[in-house]
Amino acid sequence: MSPLAVGPSPHIRQDLNIRGVMYAVVIALIPAAIGGVYFFGIRALFIMILASVAAIATEAICQKATRRAITISDGSALITGILLAFNLPPGVPYWLPIVGAVFAIAIAKIPFGGLGYNPLNPALAGRAFLLASWPVYMTAAWTAPSRGTLSGMNAITTATPLGVFKVARQILINPGAGADEMSRANSYLAELYSSASLKNLFFGNVGGCIGETSVILLLIGAAYLLIRGIICWRIPVSYIGTVALLTWMLGGKGLFHGYPLFHVLSGGLVLGAFFMATDMVTSPVTPKGKIVFGIGCGILTTVIRLYGGYPEGVSYSILIMNITVPLIDRYTRPRKLGEVGSS
Amino acid sequence: MAKTFKGGVHPPEAKVTAELAISGIELPERVIIPLSQHTGAPSVPIVKVGEKVLVGTKIAEADGFISVPVHASVSGEVKAISDYPHPLGRAMPAIEIESDGKNEWIDLSDWHDLTDASPDRIRQAVRGAGIVGLGGAAFPTHVKLSPPEGKSIDTVILNGAECEPYLTADHRLMLEHPDEILEGLRVIMRVLGARRGCIGIERNKPDAIQKMNEALGGENAIEVLDLKVKYPQGAEKQLIKAITGREVPCGGLPMDVGCLVQNVGTAYAIYEALKFGKPLVERVLTVSGCAAKRSGNFLVRIGTTFAHVVDKAGGMTEDCAKVIMGGPMMGIAQHTLGVPVVKGTSGIVLLSEAEISLEEPGPCLRCGACVDHCPMRLVPNEIARLVEKGHVKAAESYGLMDCMECGVCAYVCPSKINHVHLIKVGKSEVIARRKKESKKEG
Ligand code: SF4
Ligand code: SF4
Repeated sequence: MSPLAVGPSPHIRQDLNIRGVMYAVVIALIPAAIGGVYFFGIRALFIMILASVAAIATEAICQKATRRAITISDGSALITGILLAFNLPPGVPYWLPIVGAVFAIAIAKIPFGGLGYNPLNPALAGRAFLLASWPVYMTAAWTAPSRGTLSGMNAITTATPLGVFKVARQILINPGAGADEMSRANSYLAELYSSASLKNLFFGNVGGCIGETSVILLLIGAAYLLIRGIICWRIPVSYIGTVALLTWMLGGKGLFHGYPLFHVLSGGLVLGAFFMATDMVTSPVTPKGKIVFGIGCGILTTVIRLYGGYPEGVSYSILIMNITVPLIDRYTRPRKLGEVGSS
Repeated sequence: MAKTFKGGVHPPEAKVTAELAISGIELPERVIIPLSQHTGAPSVPIVKVGEKVLVGTKIAEADGFISVPVHASVSGEVKAISDYPHPLGRAMPAIEIESDGKNEWIDLSDWHDLTDASPDRIRQAVRGAGIVGLGGAAFPTHVKLSPPEGKSIDTVILNGAECEPYLTADHRLMLEHPDEILEGLRVIMRVLGARRGCIGIERNKPDAIQKMNEALGGENAIEVLDLKVKYPQGAEKQLIKAITGREVPCGGLPMDVGCLVQNVGTAYAIYEALKFGKPLVERVLTVSGCAAKRSGNFLVRIGTTFAHVVDKAGGMTEDCAKVIMGGPMMGIAQHTLGVPVVKGTSGIVLLSEAEISLEEPGPCLRCGACVDHCPMRLVPNEIARLVEKGHVKAAESYGLMDCMECGVCAYVCPSKINHVHLIKVGKSEVIARRKKESKKEG
């Protein structure tokens, strides 16, 4: 008989480990990845591969250089690579995903202590860096899906749906806009909100970042994570719910004339709400905190979309909320069993 | 809906011995009876080396109120009084008795049934029999039966949840001795003047629920309640919350909310002590685990070594990696089979290599699983992190001392962090500090 192991209780553990969590997320991203290639061609695949390989290689090099254990097999760098690629327009030059991935790992993750210690979602930090450094590529390198138009509509084909919305909205809230300008804007919105357009948004047949366009494919992956218990409903539901509520209230002319369904389906909201805001490391651990976090993301996203300079605000909203996580966790501690007073 | 609490987990139940009746095992040639088998001051030996003892002879006397006497569990001769391996860790003083193989008992023929005696007489007899909580914590039972002035107890809960995987000793007791358990419960209720009695049993033991109900007949004051199958359903505070809806205040005791919890095995021991004058010299325990060649429920004399029990039960397989006293969630790993069965030994679980996790702890992913599942609703990841960094005071403000060490957090943690270990380290630091502080003041 081998010597008996003495270790602390509990002596049995659930099977799920770090790798299990990470590879579940990778699996959940596969449908949308396939969708990205289907809609935007083989280029999308190359971008995903480049970002992933660069992320993994950067992690290995950084860890080797700092003499830490090399943990690239845990799958977290792979997720960062895929998510970064998901957040890039399909037309970016091939070096861009590599630069973004290097930044994500070497600047936003490793210096803080690696997995578990990074305050910001590395993929989003990488994306923000690219957006700040090469705004033209990041905001104009769109390509139309192979079987549709960039906007998912016919009247206008030079912008993504949220881009069209932004232009139309700016005309409508501008008191000096002329009558035919107004009616053109209104007709754009009417087409954006039409069932044909919503259908394109739902299935992903519109322009946008590589992994964000197909709501249905993202939801399939999200359902897998929810069923496996890897993520919970709190952040995505409070996030998307807040965006729906606020865009309905504020997204149109006068209160409660917005069109929430359009906002929920368009842009990176579904990708962000289910796959990036739920990033464990950079979101709260407490149940209440998760809801606060989701609501915060939702408010910021709506504000940027309706009033900000960019058509889309998911990435920045999540990044900003990432910073507040320690605070949220501190103030949303659960009430202990038997604790009296404040809840 | 079955009653339950918030949080917890459902590990594999592995109750493979549920169908196996309690059986005796061959008496050992020697027993090692530790002087410290209960929470509180160790007992003081009152026999000398070479002295002859019978089964039931008192061999050590209680030292103070929170302490109980200890009795010989075999007849024979006291061989030594010295330090022996103890299942709680380091070596501790114990009395070794060599059996004469005759199994001669002390004379109990003129014992008067005390089940109807006065509360004080009952407390005295329960203490005299050396009875402690048999669920594992081993707190002296007479202390629990003596609430301080001003605390009244209206509800007595018998714990038949047995929520640890593998263990079935309580389950078997309920099936085989329901009337005795009930009688024990009635005595406890009477001593405390409690109006309500409950027996909480997890739903995975429908036969026990049925048996207890049958034994109960139509008695109004006592109820059998089925509980959701969830670990740690049998933890005191969780059980009270599930059954009465009351929350034991942080740092408080069940009596603060008018409750008392006793294990079903303890109720049985109380009954036997009062009815027949039988001291606590043996207990039922489960031998199980993937590395046990034969599993079962056995009536074992206190002081029998694990080696003897395991051997007589059928032995262990080659790949036995861990020997646990108690269940796999809260039990204590043993480095030797030379340790004796003590009053709090509810089981001996032999875990195979495949069952135990040897994965090194990784970084906390902040997944929140431990927070979601903690039955005390703490933030285990933060507490563990703070203790690890040496910030014990901060950990205290996060509820370090409210943790009951149930292990749920570590069980669910994908990073395999040893929360319970860290928490124990933190707690002992706090206790040491508090001792120092109170010394300074006093
Ligand atoms: S923190 Fe303590 S009470 Fe909470 S799950 Fe962990 S061991 Fe159990
Ligand atoms: S379960 Fe483990 S990894 Fe998850 S938050 Fe708790 S300590 Fe961290």
